[in-house]
Amino acid sequence: MEFAELIKTPRVDNVVLHRPFYPAVEGTLCLTGHHLILSSRQDNTEELWLLHSNIDAIDKRFVGSLGTIIIKCKDFRIIQLDIPGMEECLNIASSIEALSTLDSITLMYPFFYRPMFEVIEDGWHSFLPEQEFELYSSATSEWRLSYVNKEFAVCPSYPPIVTVPKSIDDEALRKVATFRHGGRFPVLSYYHKRNGMVIMRSGQPLTGTNGRRCKEDEKLINATLRAGKRGYIIDTRSLNVAQQTRAKGGGFEQEAHYPQWRRIHKSIERYHILQESLIKLVEACNDQTHNMDRWLSKLEASNWLTHIKEILTTACLAAQCIDREGASILIHGTEGTDSTLQVTSLAQIILEPRSRTIRGFEALIEREWLQAGHPFQQRCAQSAYCNTKQKWEAPVFLLFLDCVWQILRQFPCSFEFNENFLIMLFEHAYASQFGTFLGNNESERCKLKLQQKTMSLWSWVNQPSELSKFTNPLFEANNLVIWPSVAPQSLPLWEGIFLRWNRSSKYLDEAYEEMVNIIEYNKELQAKVNILRRQLAELETEDGMQESP
Amino acid sequence: MEHIRTPKILHSQISTIEKQATTATGCPLLIRCKNFQIIQLIIPQERDCHDVYISLIRLARPVKYEELYCFSFNPMLDKEEREQGWVLIDLSEEYTRMGLPNHYWQLSDVNRDYRVCDSYPTELYVPKSATAHIIVGSSKFRSRRRFPVLSYYYKDNHASICRSSQPLSGFSARCLEDEQMLQAIRKANPGSDFVYVVDTRPKLNAMANRAAGKGYENEDNYSNIKFQFIGIENIHVMRNSLQKMLEVCELKSPSMSDFLWGLENSGWLRHIKAIMDAGIFIAKAVSEEGASVLVHCSDGWDRTAQVCSVASLLLDPHYRTLKGFMVLIEKDWISFGHKFNHRYGNLDGDPKEISPVIDQFIECVWQLMEQFPCAFEFNERFLIHIQHHIYSCQFGNFLCNSQKERRELKIQERTYSLWAHLWKNRADYLNPLFRADHSQTQGTLHLPTTPCNFMYKFWSGMYNRFEKGMQPRQSVTDYLMAVKEETQQLEEELEALEERLEKIQKVQLNCTKVKSKQSEPSKHSGFSTSDNSIANTPQDYSGNMKSFPSRSPSQGDEDSALILTQDNLKSSDPDLSANSDQESGVEDLSCRSPSGGEHAPSEDSGKDRDSDEAVFLTA
Repeated sequence: MEFAELIKTPRVDNVVLHRPFYPAVEGTLCLTGHHLILSSRQDNTEELWLLHSNIDAIDKRFVGSLGTIIIKCKDFRIIQLDIPGMEECLNIASSIEALSTLDSITLMYPFFYRPMFEVIEDGWHSFLPEQEFELYSSATSEWRLSYVNKEFAVCPSYPPIVTVPKSIDDEALRKVATFRHGGRFPVLSYYHKRNGMVIMRSGQPLTGTNGRRCKEDEKLINATLRAGKRGYIIDTRSLNVAQQTRAKGGGFEQEAHYPQWRRIHKSIERYHILQESLIKLVEACNDQTHNMDRWLSKLEASNWLTHIKEILTTACLAAQCIDREGASILIHGTEGTDSTLQVTSLAQIILEPRSRTIRGFEALIEREWLQAGHPFQQRCAQSAYCNTKQKWEAPVFLLFLDCVWQILRQFPCSFEFNENFLIMLFEHAYASQFGTFLGNNESERCKLKLQQKTMSLWSWVNQPSELSKFTNPLFEANNLVIWPSVAPQSLPLWEGIFLRWNRSSKYLDEAYEEMVNIIEYNKELQAKVNILRRQLAELETEDGMQESP
Repeated sequence: MEHIRTPKILHSQISTIEKQATTATGCPLLIRCKNFQIIQLIIPQERDCHDVYISLIRLARPVKYEELYCFSFNPMLDKEEREQGWVLIDLSEEYTRMGLPNHYWQLSDVNRDYRVCDSYPTELYVPKSATAHIIVGSSKFRSRRRFPVLSYYYKDNHASICRSSQPLSGFSARCLEDEQMLQAIRKANPGSDFVYVVDTRPKLNAMANRAAGKGYENEDNYSNIKFQFIGIENIHVMRNSLQKMLEVCELKSPSMSDFLWGLENSGWLRHIKAIMDAGIFIAKAVSEEGASVLVHCSDGWDRTAQVCSVASLLLDPHYRTLKGFMVLIEKDWISFGHKFNHRYGNLDGDPKEISPVIDQFIECVWQLMEQFPCAFEFNERFLIHIQHHIYSCQFGNFLCNSQKERRELKIQERTYSLWAHLWKNRADYLNPLFRADHSQTQGTLHLPTTPCNFMYKFWSGMYNRFEKGMQPRQSVTDYLMAVKEETQQLEEELEALEERLEKIQKVQLNCTKVKSKQSEPSKHSGFSTSDNSIANTPQDYSGNMKSFPSRSPSQGDEDSALILTQDNLKSSDPDLSANSDQESGVEDLSCRSPSGGEHAPSEDSGKDRDSDEAVFLTA
């Protein structure tokens, strides 16, 4: 298919662009296969360069022959284009609509994008499972890498390489896979070096109504316990919901069959409930008319912060089991691809200093989200402005990022990255020139040959020039476990993302700059003082040498 | 378990004392403080509990000023130092700074010996064309004789903010002198042909006042005024609103909905927004339209003080400095007769008079600081400590209801000034992001024309400030202050090193040998940003699970959900929990902590020597 067929009018002059906090700009609108571009006529610079895949919804309206297209983006921005001529406007609108909803992944921009930068380190190979395994293989020999899923046959949503207890062979893993939702048998998510406790994750056990059991499954998870120790199973669903899934063949671990494990039920919402929450929240943020009380009640009604609190609380509980209780845990919900990953990854942020560094956080996303099979393609297909009721969209990853921001806000000096890093990841999960977040799991990515055909986000981010934008100037390595507060008073709205387009950030940006200046100046002086000290020391030893003979 | 220093509460901070039902461990006494601290005492013997209760009730409600703490508080300063403290903030200096007196405004002695208005100060600025006759005439037409006087003069364009109480207009009364007074205010601003009259009350309240012979200006009677209602609620509404919000803050592990719903229901942030809106309106009228504004409410000492000071803060960068902010409070609140004693219940009085009027102003400042992080020379701690001392009665500044009362009590001879105390410790109150030459510190603060609701946020640093676990565990302010402190030392060292290097080079040239001392390499290994008094331990994250059935697994019920409580967490692995101190989440090993960072400076600082005066309440 040629993009040209979809582009009915490639170019319109005298288009006026309206954006919040910017003066209106008149210019020429151009449509390409992947971008919507507006260049002002004066100096031919681009005022707007928007990926079609970033467009969530469009509205059009007409006053006489002047058409207006309102473009609502997946990053929550709303822009308005005034287009002279009804026909042009209709053409542009239908082209945008077609181009922003391409069905085929291989038509997406990452397959066409040619990077303008030199790749120093190929991000596709930055975080290999073998390397990650080495990080804790020095501390323990109880675990091994298994290649049982090499062909994605045992579990289609798992990567080819997973970490499992050493004592469990691949044959047993195959059996366990048949007992777990989507073949997602329990695998290692995190090894707590300090006390050897682990987080495992999986899909729900398929116990069904007649209480099916699987000896290999029991053996597998028991293999992770030290003698006489108990473990915890954190089910991210309420007991009620978990019970209901039995009718559909799902279920949860029965205590009789898992006597060494205690089950804890938490209740993290899924799918459309989260999606509706996001829609309501963004709607509230965009509504400028209400008075103070209605804002708070809309914020409350969106339930967004309730979800944040629930997810964080569960993650803290998991971390508490590991670090304070000294107990290993298994986490799952139903599929084990959404709330499970929120909890396992946030628990690592709390427990593991490395995951609060830039590279460590990238590795975490690679491990716990991409390779763990979070279906990014489905979840991020639409954002807050979608009006069609879709089944698979949910801001699961955004909720995770929001939770990370909440911890970052409470421990502003303990993270190597800053808020912009989180915002950047949110943007790229929804629309990107890079292939990293395409596909729903490793199997799909393999088939799409993303490594050969697209560029990795990490290749771009990890260049020193980009990294500097995402580095937190306040960072001081903190090797301790950080326990965030989950009281409502401690969990505010993430303004940087939800009010980003609704308020001017000028003064806050200036403050950030000032902060950077203060720290940079200090470092500069430190360097100067060190040089002088060295010089002085040299001179003085010379003195001493002259003196001694 | 939070580690807190031995609780020490001033009697004057006690807001309510509640005796709760006796339990097995003893009789609980719940003490709520005006600085939002809540303390529960468990007293083993019921009789002792009752005695404590009775004594506290009596002690928390002094009837004479002399019983207040400031009359016995002694920071070991000599007489001269005390007197110097009182002249640190000098209002006549402030009027000079504004550019007064000038061609349009003069100092009036009409209120000498408080002859015209006993709640006004003696030094007042009025338009030059306002004669004593006009002033006295106008004062008779205003509630409590609080006639229009200058609050702030905007040098750049001659516009001014004036303040008064409501006119006694009833349904039809008028007063020629009062009309002349407003005319004089207009004439004092040659750049504008009208004056805004801002009535900060809701229109309905103002209308109701007419029936009592009070009310608001009739635009037909006053030439060239533009009249405007703003709609800030009265002290009773505000008191109830705070009460409701504090109830929300007090909830034991509330859900997000409980919290947001309660916060909305309290209306608190709506009231804050109303005050801010009024201040923004006036600042815009003055700076953009060049028009003078007369502000009043009913008596002109609550809402008027809030609004005038917010507007001044927006207009004039001086008020955003440490000293300027003290001046602002001294001027718009203390000197103009804000009834501190009644509003903050220093002496036992009518509970219906109590209202968080200045608390709201302080919160407005915080809300602005959140939006303009570089614009203020002071930090959040400064605001919190001022709030604390408004209730503490440790210093004499906020005593009584008017200047007249304070002079009669000889406050300045018998007590110490808070301003001197704060100034002495100013290093603790500085905002590291403030730079005098920064663009945000210049001129008027411009807020968006349509102030958005989401700009106003819940201030947990104030209302939940004693729950340290809820606050960010690392303070950016303290971190940056420590960096700046080190930067200063580095600058000094750099200079010294350069000097020495030069000397040695010179000496070497002269082939002379010099023995030099090895300089101690200064360690640069991180700044402590943590409040070490907080042990960062996990909270009860499983608290929400109480709704699930709790059954012991030994009963063999396979569907039982487990309840993981703090208790069984602690008991199960003593080895790990014993280490809890190392797990404070924030490194406390670093070599240098920010000034006073070891223990964030306490609002009580300065009363260390008077343990006999302060009650020790040990939980």
